[in-house]
Amino acid sequence: MNFIDNLGLTIFGTSEIAIAIVILLKIIAITLPLLISVAYLTYAERRVIGLIQLRKGPNVVGPFGLFQPFADALKLMSKETILPTGANKFLFLLAPMITFVLALIAWAVIPFDENNVLSDINVGILYLFAVSSLAVYGIIIAGWASNSRYAFLGALRSAAQMVSYEVSIGLIIISVLLCVGSLNLTDIVMAQKDIWFAIPLLPMFIMFFISTLAETNRAPFDLPEGESELVAGYFVEYSSMSFALFFLGEYANMILMSAITVTLFLGGWLPPFDIFPLNEIPNFLWFVIKVCFILFIFLWVRATTPRYRYDQLMRLGWKIFLPFSLLWVVLTSGFLVLFDLLPQNM
Amino acid sequence: MENIVVSTALFYLFSGILLLASVGVISTKNPVYAVLFLILAFINSAIIFLFLNAEFLAMLVVVVYVGAVAVLFLFVVMMLNVSQEERKNRFQKYTPLTLLLGVVVFLEIAYISISDDAYLTELSKTKNLSFKNNTVELGNIIYTDYALLFQLSGIILLVAMIGAIVLTLRSRVDTKKQNIKKQVDVKKSDVIEVVDVKSGEGA
Repeated sequence: MNFIDNLGLTIFGTSEIAIAIVILLKIIAITLPLLISVAYLTYAERRVIGLIQLRKGPNVVGPFGLFQPFADALKLMSKETILPTGANKFLFLLAPMITFVLALIAWAVIPFDENNVLSDINVGILYLFAVSSLAVYGIIIAGWASNSRYAFLGALRSAAQMVSYEVSIGLIIISVLLCVGSLNLTDIVMAQKDIWFAIPLLPMFIMFFISTLAETNRAPFDLPEGESELVAGYFVEYSSMSFALFFLGEYANMILMSAITVTLFLGGWLPPFDIFPLNEIPNFLWFVIKVCFILFIFLWVRATTPRYRYDQLMRLGWKIFLPFSLLWVVLTSGFLVLFDLLPQNM
Repeated sequence: MENIVVSTALFYLFSGILLLASVGVISTKNPVYAVLFLILAFINSAIIFLFLNAEFLAMLVVVVYVGAVAVLFLFVVMMLNVSQEERKNRFQKYTPLTLLLGVVVFLEIAYISISDDAYLTELSKTKNLSFKNNTVELGNIIYTDYALLFQLSGIILLVAMIGAIVLTLRSRVDTKKQNIKKQVDVKKSDVIEVVDVKSGEGA
């Protein structure tokens, strides 16, 4: 980011058009690696699950199967786009775009390093919360516009599930914010300089991770897709590039949710201890390592847990996570007031 | 100078979209389109809040109205099959009432913006929203000056919530429920009986 700033300054100067060009370059510098990591996340998923299930996974295309994502992309692009009869064409094509764009725009506020963020806004965490609460629209519009029973049932399941788990995610975020005293993501990371929030707020960390599984419709909460009863859920009618956009959006959302988890609980770009061999590793690399770790847990969970039944999913969200996170908000604020630890940086 | 021109142009762009979307909400025949127009209107009003430097309110509008309320609207509207004829009749029936409401609200807003009533200016303690961190400022105002009103609105919401639950809750006798505690408490000895059966003698 700073590199692009300097480059822009030397080449284009400081006029307003130059600033616009620099921002455009930054957006590309975030989006391009993100799309490549999405491609390789699909590869990693199949390899990791293959290893867990004592299979090989994709290992034919290129060395160790490393070109498999590109082969898949070529296959998807060369397929025919099918518009089902009776589908609402405009909304049918709009839905995958909404999903994909929402998965990308949230990255504008994620800090990769100190002063290394596209847009360092005051209400960063609220922005992320708002964008992730919009993600449900791509799914529900897709389900309705497809004019198909399976797709619609998948969309309804997904909408109810995402709205339910958003409530507990909001409360968990509040208990983190109580310890920070700011909605800015850089401030949230800097508040974890002494201790990562994953340690004092360990139950919240675990619940946040489980809620992100539900929020991204991943196993064991992948009922919206539920292939055994709903074929493929909300995207059953999609093919070719519109399917690819859903697929990319889902995996980009996984990476995004991992990045949010890392920022909130695992100290963002900070090394675990500020001692010699650890603080020599670039901060950005720490961020990537932590995100990869969370992503690995995503895949690990998918390979090892059976799918939840829908009423059990709702029970977990409303009867366990919601009261417990509410209780934890009260406990955290009580603790902070009692020991006079409330952040005083306003 | 150029900045002001650009931001004014953007303001008119977004408020134009907001007005068009609002007209779309009440004029379109398909109720799903109406809700989608409503979402567009909400998002544009959030953007206009951003122009006032009220980024906290902008995000709250998106989280609360677009992320939660409109999802439930869409949810209900997609599952209902509202017939067009019925809608037309109802539209004519309620037109005078809606017009009256619109006029009253318009007059109220006009009065507040024109009059220099001391009481009204006293009521709005935040004349300028462009302070640096309006999340902090809003928190200070809501929890000190307006603490009582804030608590009252919370109670109103609580009552509304209880009312909604009371209206929809009905105890059904024919549903099968899972008793998690009972299920977890089951021991091996409760369900499995090991019996020694001599070969050739078992049933």
